[in-house]
Amino acid sequence: MLFSLFTDPRPLSDPGTPPMADNPWSLLPAASANAEALDSLYIFYWILAGIGFIATIAAQAYFMVKYAKPKDGHRKTSAITHNGKLEFLWSAIPTVGFLVLFAWGEIEYMKQVTPPADAIDVRVTGQKWYWKIDYPAVKGASLKNELIVPVGVPMRLTMTSTDVIHSFFIPAFRLKKDVVPGRYTVMWFEATKEGEYPLLCTEYCGDEHSSMVGRVLVVSREKYAEVLAERSKLEKGQGETMADYGARVYDRGGCASCHSLDGAAKTGPTFKGLYGKTETLSTGQTLTVDDNYIRESILEPNAKIVQGYSPQMPSFAGQFNDEQIAALIEFIKAQK
Amino acid sequence: MTTQPAVHSDHHAEEPSYLVSKRGIMSWLVTVDHKRLGIMYMVAVLFFFLFAGVLAVALRTELFTPNQDLMSAQTYNQVFTLHGAIMTFLFIIPSVPAALGNFLLPLMLGAKDVAFPRLNLLSFYVYCVASIFFIGTLINGGLDTGWTFYTPYSTSTGTAVIWATTGAFIAGFSSILTGLNFVVTVHKMRAPGMNWNRMPLFVWAIYSTAIIQVLATPVLAITLLLIIIERSLGIGIFDPAMGGDPVLFQHFFWFYSHPAVYIMILPGFGIISELITVHSRKHIFGYKAIALSSVAIAIISFLVWGHHLFVSGQSELAGVLFSFLTFAVGVPTAIKVFSWVATLYKGSIQYNTPMWYAMIFLWTFTVGGLTGLPLSTLAIDVHLHDTYFVVAHFHYVMVGGTVIAFIGGIHHWWPKMTGKLYNETAGKIGAFLVFVGFNVTFMTQFFLGHQGMPRRYYAYLPEYQSLHQVSTIGTYILALGLFWTMFYLLASLFGKSKATGNPWGGVSLEWQTQSPPIEHNFHDTPHVHGSPYDFPEIDKSAGAHAH
Repeated sequence: MLFSLFTDPRPLSDPGTPPMADNPWSLLPAASANAEALDSLYIFYWILAGIGFIATIAAQAYFMVKYAKPKDGHRKTSAITHNGKLEFLWSAIPTVGFLVLFAWGEIEYMKQVTPPADAIDVRVTGQKWYWKIDYPAVKGASLKNELIVPVGVPMRLTMTSTDVIHSFFIPAFRLKKDVVPGRYTVMWFEATKEGEYPLLCTEYCGDEHSSMVGRVLVVSREKYAEVLAERSKLEKGQGETMADYGARVYDRGGCASCHSLDGAAKTGPTFKGLYGKTETLSTGQTLTVDDNYIRESILEPNAKIVQGYSPQMPSFAGQFNDEQIAALIEFIKAQK
Repeated sequence: MTTQPAVHSDHHAEEPSYLVSKRGIMSWLVTVDHKRLGIMYMVAVLFFFLFAGVLAVALRTELFTPNQDLMSAQTYNQVFTLHGAIMTFLFIIPSVPAALGNFLLPLMLGAKDVAFPRLNLLSFYVYCVASIFFIGTLINGGLDTGWTFYTPYSTSTGTAVIWATTGAFIAGFSSILTGLNFVVTVHKMRAPGMNWNRMPLFVWAIYSTAIIQVLATPVLAITLLLIIIERSLGIGIFDPAMGGDPVLFQHFFWFYSHPAVYIMILPGFGIISELITVHSRKHIFGYKAIALSSVAIAIISFLVWGHHLFVSGQSELAGVLFSFLTFAVGVPTAIKVFSWVATLYKGSIQYNTPMWYAMIFLWTFTVGGLTGLPLSTLAIDVHLHDTYFVVAHFHYVMVGGTVIAFIGGIHHWWPKMTGKLYNETAGKIGAFLVFVGFNVTFMTQFFLGHQGMPRRYYAYLPEYQSLHQVSTIGTYILALGLFWTMFYLLASLFGKSKATGNPWGGVSLEWQTQSPPIEHNFHDTPHVHGSPYDFPEIDKSAGAHAH
């Protein structure tokens, strides 16, 4: 990364996900059946476009040099005004190329939108600014910003949004679909390669659109149930401190899209140095951030808004139990 | 084009030009002269180009690192929204038609003015009112919806959506009035002898554009009005929480905004046809193909809006039909590019600054056109939709196409508009900087988009950083080139280098009067006897028939 040398390596605010690859080229493995098929079509397009571009620009460059005005004044120029045969040819040849691209694209598209009957169902809910992923067939399996997928098994995602339009995009699978409030959209894929791939929102959805970033974890079929159970478990581990447990709650809750840990102001206040701080509310009152204020803010976020912030946070009532809230408070306390 | 009275302007030479025929600020503010209105539009649209361009530099600077550093998320979202909204509604849509079109259309037709000069003045002030609403948006909390105003985000955000949509609504009326004026002017105001086959291709392009402006803009007006109604009265049209349909908005919006893309690019095509012929001393290759392909593009452009909704959840059948129709636009577009290249064949090409811009256009627009193909291909679009690939593609078309043609056109007609000549060497340096800067900025973004970089992110995965940095450096080069161009053009106004009536040896009518033209354009009504591309250098003895 040549130009990175000139810039400050210390992040001011974490965009949400750690790097998953060394460079952008390796960010795009073909990790699904669709991606492999699509890459062939994409390469075919580039060959076609390359021929078209080079032919056009080469003719232009040749004429530009060959027919430049001589130094001693204009030469006589050709009286040609049109040529029916040539014009027919250069209309017909691109038309054929376009038809091939259209037809090939259409065939691949029909595969993309026709999920097989035996696909595993997953429900996706987009919300400002995280993805909630639920596995209806697995008890208690609910994840945030994390999609766990077994390799070689078709998965069908039924998606909706609770607020504005989002778009669910997995570059490694070459797939995206808008996630629209008030209706369900469907997307399916079959992963072919184990690994960890970014999951991005590609429909602008407000302040932290850029932070609506998650990951797709493709695991082997044997490990799938185990990883899913392990990742969706949000209980205090043995020997785990409350603050460490709270860190996992923070992670799982998707809190990072709005609350940074490094002091940067995002849509919500940073957790760094938050506990014990005296804040001025939008009503002009002041209060000290303590356990009760944090608890209230998780369950009833818009009751007391700190000055300079807008009431955007959804309530987490029913999503976090008392133990998890307590752990989260301990975690916030630890961010000095 | 042979014109009878063109040459004996000697005994009129003392008649003052339109710039000085009347004096005082009021003579400009209430003018009905299409040339003065063209200049006033030119100043206004270039001001907004500069403003929104500075915003673009700020955006690219923020994107130099993957993290948030220059501006907050809210600020970034407002800046990219204003960049897009101002560039679209206040700069690029009125740019060529309202500025160059107003100035040139009556001159090229051999008319004294447009058909409705007072309507033309009204249209300018309607545009000014619209721009006041956009400035009002800035003062009243900004706008963070993106220039596309997608619902339900736009009906739920706390920013000044009503101000901005009202501004775009009013700007639409300016566009409709100008379009109407131009359609009537082309039908009714042509000089004796100028039949449809003798019109310069710039006129054909402006004519096709005007038809789209009149037919498509009302749909935008209705759509924006519906947003205003939903926001202010709480009637559920688009918001699903109130029983509305958010995707319906996208259909309405793109029904206008896709044809609007051709409102932006067709006039650019017209400019390129003029630039290439005059500076290569050749008759345009395939006059009818170029003229009619503009009309074909104008018609098909109404039937392709659904390609903006390929991943929105619209029906598969709709996707397939819109994909097919989108490819159909590619054919007339390809015909144009090939015809321009063929025009160079056996010409005598003089590389003045406007010609360099025409040559740059052939490169950038070909890239823009070819990169439209994967976006029309359904399956590939699913991957590229709403990524930087799309950003790069439409900047290659809008900037690499329209803006490059516009700058080339400004250089080509600068002597006619101002009566002054700019420094040619400075012009070539500017063109070089713009070419390099533009390609470095946006070529990179094709790769970013293919890697999956989504649009409208203020912070991004660190893997994308190198490409983003190359793109940002390209932006600085482009900005330098544009500032350079602005300075030498402004300097020429105060320079002593006066332009003759016909510095490039053009044959179309605007070159047959003095520079700058007199208030009524021509001393005597011109009579047209031939093609606007019948240059004296053309060797008619060589067999091929010229008409």
